[in-house]
Amino acid sequence: MTIDLKTVKHISKLSRISIEEEKAKRLTNDLNSIFKFIEKLNELDTSKTEPLTSVAETTLKLRKDKIESKNIREDILKNSPEKNKDFFVVPKVVE
Amino acid sequence: MSEINNLKLCDLVDKIKNKKLSSKEITEAFINRSKKSSKLNSYITDNFDNALNRAKEFDEKPDFNKKIPGIPLAVKDLFCTKNLRTTAGSKILENFIPTYESTVTQNIIDHGGIIIGKLNCDEFAMGSSNETSNYGNVQNPISENLVPGGSSGGSSAALAAKLTPATIGTDTGGSIRQPASFTGTVGLKPTYGSCSRYGIVAFASSLDQAGPMTQDVKDCALLLEVMSSFDTKDSTSVEFTRGDYLNDLNENIKGKKIGIPKEYRVDGMPKEIEDLWEKGIKIIKDNGGDVIDISLPNTNYALPTYYIVAPAEASSNLARYDGVKYGFRSKGENLIDMYEKTRSEGFGDEVKRRIMIGTYVLSSGYYDAYYLKAQKVRRLIKNDFDEAYKKVDAILTPSTPSSAFKIGEKLNDPVSMYLNDIFTVPINLAGIPAISIPAGHDNNGFPLGLQIIGKAFDEQNILNIAYSIEKNIGYKNHINDWWIK
Repeated sequence: MTIDLKTVKHISKLSRISIEEEKAKRLTNDLNSIFKFIEKLNELDTSKTEPLTSVAETTLKLRKDKIESKNIREDILKNSPEKNKDFFVVPKVVE
Repeated sequence: MSEINNLKLCDLVDKIKNKKLSSKEITEAFINRSKKSSKLNSYITDNFDNALNRAKEFDEKPDFNKKIPGIPLAVKDLFCTKNLRTTAGSKILENFIPTYESTVTQNIIDHGGIIIGKLNCDEFAMGSSNETSNYGNVQNPISENLVPGGSSGGSSAALAAKLTPATIGTDTGGSIRQPASFTGTVGLKPTYGSCSRYGIVAFASSLDQAGPMTQDVKDCALLLEVMSSFDTKDSTSVEFTRGDYLNDLNENIKGKKIGIPKEYRVDGMPKEIEDLWEKGIKIIKDNGGDVIDISLPNTNYALPTYYIVAPAEASSNLARYDGVKYGFRSKGENLIDMYEKTRSEGFGDEVKRRIMIGTYVLSSGYYDAYYLKAQKVRRLIKNDFDEAYKKVDAILTPSTPSSAFKIGEKLNDPVSMYLNDIFTVPINLAGIPAISIPAGHDNNGFPLGLQIIGKAFDEQNILNIAYSIEKNIGYKNHINDWWIK
């Protein structure tokens, strides 16, 4: 299976990464060589194998739903590139 | 170089405890040497002034019961450090100043350590040569224009150049062990769940582990003790009794069964590495160990599996960089345009490549063919190790298929770059521990490493085997100060 320029542009949309035409072409080549390498996995029959999602293979622990950090609004907003007193600021979304 | 820079971590701890040296003297020595190291480019951000104050504070009110009392350490810039810039080697985090401390660096501080700076690394730890960092290449102090390995390349370079007595890195597919191997130093990737991932900039969460990088095995045992802890802030942190790794370090490997996997004899492997491996095997035999041939039949599928699993997890983890909550933001005509431009300008090429691979393998119609397939093969790879460990206590392999390469040599060929991690990646997929120790040199005098792989939570055993090989191999790092100014 080969990845064409149209697919690369589609993935770039899904990834929310804008991409110039020239770079998209180069990336198409890169991705094709990487996927050629990845497709080696098709040699293996895994029809009877269960997927491994985590090596720990334990069920995630539950904890009490209690508040542990208080008054951290300033901390949370501190690194925002644009904010007002209480909120993150983004370009206008609703007309 | 001051005498102090030549001392190892454990020696420095002794000197401080015996009041032969003060924290200020030690901290100053490493800071002064670091200040002359700009040619190596191993630091992204320094914390020198702060660290000196901390050292003075320690000397005024010393607590010698700590494991690393008043010892200065520089750390990989992937660990969030409170009020100290943390970039992960990326432009997108160029102004990020964490308001909290990662558990591992907190453990270092709690045990008496002093953070002197943040070390360069591949962007988001994605790379094997430190060439993807937004903050420039790192030079390997072994030789000019040689890569220090990656992703913990700033860490390995700073350690080998003795800018820090020890350091910490993270390892998702070999990012501690490969740079350790390239710089003639020791690096250990612990069992998944040993060291907390809290506060480490996430790359591939089911594979990421933090670990120690040191000059020898003793130092490695000590630093692992400091770093490793159960942490409720990391949902995959494992509750088990951590070892007394330094105290229990023991070079006696009599009767230990060590496996030699035939699949690691890859085509085109240099003879020097073949010889190095034989040297390791001989040492084990000479010391009463039992060498057993084993098979890990799915080894060849580990890299392709990794290059599905890791990018898939990365694409999800890196979705948080949207130019809103923290980090770099670019101007856009609307919200979506802002996201797309921010991520396009904020991420480097390798990171974008991996996000795109990950997005693709998780996208509708391809999930089963790629991601689910890779998770199934991942189980086969783990099963290989489970089978092998019915017969052996540990496994010995080379750490890398070659010695360090020149800067720029593999930059335009992603697959050839990825092949660097052929011996290290299977270990992350299986979640087990492994250590790389320096064991010899190639024809150019560049270091080569041996890797000892253990059972889950059996760090003590691989430390002991490493300790035995280290004692017998008599490795010396050849480093001159060509880079100093």
